Amino acid sequence: MGTRECNHICDESSPGIGEAGSTGEWRTNMPVIDETKCTASKLNKPTCFLCWLYCPEAVMTKGIPPSINLLYCKGCGICAQVCPVQAITMAPEKKNL
Amino acid sequence: MAIQRKSNIHIMDGNQAAAIAARLSRVQVVAAYPITPQTPLTEQLSLFVESGELKAEYVAVESEHSALAVCTSASIVGARAFTATSAHGLAYMHEMLHWAAGARLPIVLACVNRAIGAPWNVLNDQQDSIAQRDTGWIQIYCRNNQEILDTVIQAFRIAEQVYVPVMVCYDGYILSHTEMPVDIPDQADVDKYLPPYKPHTTLDPANPKNYNLVTLADPRVGVEGKLCHGYMELRYLLQEALQNSRETILDAGQEFNKIFGRDYARMFWEDRNEDAEITIVAMGSLAMEAIVAADMLREEGIKVGVLGLRVFRPFPKADVVRVLRKSKLIVVFDKNISYGSEGATCSEIKSALYGTYINASIRNFIVGLGGRDVKARELADATRKAIASLKETVINPDYPEWICQI
Amino acid sequence: MPQKTSLNNRPLEIRWHGRGGQGAITAAKIVAEAAYLKGYKGVTAAPSFGAERRGAPVSASTRISDQPVLVMSQVENPDIVMVLDHTLLTYPEVIAGLNNNGWLIVNSPLSPRELGIKGNFNIATADATRICLELGIIVAGQVIVNTAILGALAKATRVVDLPTLEKVLRDRFSKSTVEMNLAAVHKTHDATRIFKSG
Repeated sequence: MGTRECNHICDESSPGIGEAGSTGEWRTNMPVIDETKCTASKLNKPTCFLCWLYCPEAVMTKGIPPSINLLYCKGCGICAQVCPVQAITMAPEKKNL
Repeated sequence: MAIQRKSNIHIMDGNQAAAIAARLSRVQVVAAYPITPQTPLTEQLSLFVESGELKAEYVAVESEHSALAVCTSASIVGARAFTATSAHGLAYMHEMLHWAAGARLPIVLACVNRAIGAPWNVLNDQQDSIAQRDTGWIQIYCRNNQEILDTVIQAFRIAEQVYVPVMVCYDGYILSHTEMPVDIPDQADVDKYLPPYKPHTTLDPANPKNYNLVTLADPRVGVEGKLCHGYMELRYLLQEALQNSRETILDAGQEFNKIFGRDYARMFWEDRNEDAEITIVAMGSLAMEAIVAADMLREEGIKVGVLGLRVFRPFPKADVVRVLRKSKLIVVFDKNISYGSEGATCSEIKSALYGTYINASIRNFIVGLGGRDVKARELADATRKAIASLKETVINPDYPEWICQI
Repeated sequence: MPQKTSLNNRPLEIRWHGRGGQGAITAAKIVAEAAYLKGYKGVTAAPSFGAERRGAPVSASTRISDQPVLVMSQVENPDIVMVLDHTLLTYPEVIAGLNNNGWLIVNSPLSPRELGIKGNFNIATADATRICLELGIIVAGQVIVNTAILGALAKATRVVDLPTLEKVLRDRFSKSTVEMNLAAVHKTHDATRIFKSG
């Protein structure tokens, strides 16, 4: 079956979660947040959130503490890199092989 | 049936005709950067906007690339967009030309044909638009100022039906700066002819969409679960749209005739081809000069006809074959050159004839580059020379002859 | 001669010679409009193409025919040559190609004979500069003779006539300037001296 029924004449799509598939499957290292170090958690205020800002997959939420949608987190480690207080560490993924 | 309508003829140059056509088409966004010989067209449009005669947003931009980027953005949100340029300006738009066509946006661009440097030259030839041949735009060439006005209006109708941008090309100076009588249609008639633009895209914050993102080689399933086109399928659709646009172009010409009494239901112009053994092919204003050359040759008893190319993309191969079926000699004059090969229109004619029973000789002459004047008598001389060359053994020379003084 | 407007699709051709800023192109356009008003269906008015600068010799053309004009190339054999500034006669291209029995119409204080130009064409002269100077048709220090010389064209040929010229000028010019331009046309018309060849 071809793409004719798609009916678009230029590239068109709806924005949505998981356009590139379940990217969580790509993860070899998983971000883990240490609430005792995380600025937002420590101050109990909606602040910092650099992890949310920098996450290329937008899987961080601006919560206290921030939460991570692991279905789509690809484990890139950018959040751990940008965290100013080293509250995020990348832990080896325990996969069922 | 003769159509009774009041004419409203004014003497004007080609740039004015194009500006009035854009106004009558009720364009909503104009973005253009001035360049000789297109400049008076942009000046006229900004005057129309300033005076309130044209209710449009005139976006002053810093380059032609930006001009077409603005038109692309305007068109995708549903505004009727118009731009105009020449030569280096068109070259600078090159990337955005692909973008407008690939996004299937019905923008109309007036290309006031001018030579490209080096060396600098502001005068006419058709190298600029021919060099943009493969960007996916429909290209229509005009022979006089009435055709400029009429073609810009038709271009919006065509573009908005097939969702392919249209480039309306006319010779710099020869038409852009020469005044002649032009009949200006009534706004009410143009409104009847040209319904409002219905975009195929919608930008609605409540229903967000992505357009023209990175599209991978293969089709894939989108978030709605449907198989979406890959890059190649979208490019196929663009080719298909141009291939199928002939009917729309002819219909736009026919409907134009019904309302305005001027017949454009044709892919090219013809003069005395019924009994012609020799056909002169030319594009743009040169196709008028060619009629005068044919007059001269007919006086000598040579049966000459003229094929004045109008729609260059899509190229009307089958129609051309029908017209040329009796020709023994086809003399093609090009105001452009594909270096290392031949004139672009000559290649098209040869390609159209391949595999048909027509075995005419073809002679190609490169003329009028950089504003070199081309006189009817020179077209006639070249045709006589082509006739004389038929005695030679080479049926179709590999390379064109140039009418210049080297 | 002026009755001939279209022979084998050949329109009547006027070539204008002036200097950048003298208004040769405007004059070419006015004549095209006047001819159209007179009923000629085919008219064109074109500048010589390229870079025009104030003071530099420039040319323009008007073509007039009873059928739509198909010829777009530069005028080679004009039927009428209009010269806005007689100092331009030193350039050989000014009278180049002028048809037999055509007209050379020059803004000059000299009479046609005094110009000392020989050829198989008719000559008309008028001192449009003096007339315009007296009427005060001066723009940026320069006497503008492009409308005045139309009077000489109307006197020498039947391509245009005074009533049609008046109509076009009233349409093109503002109220404050149209009267003096019309006066210039009429005075130049009356002052035109004619020398017929043959």
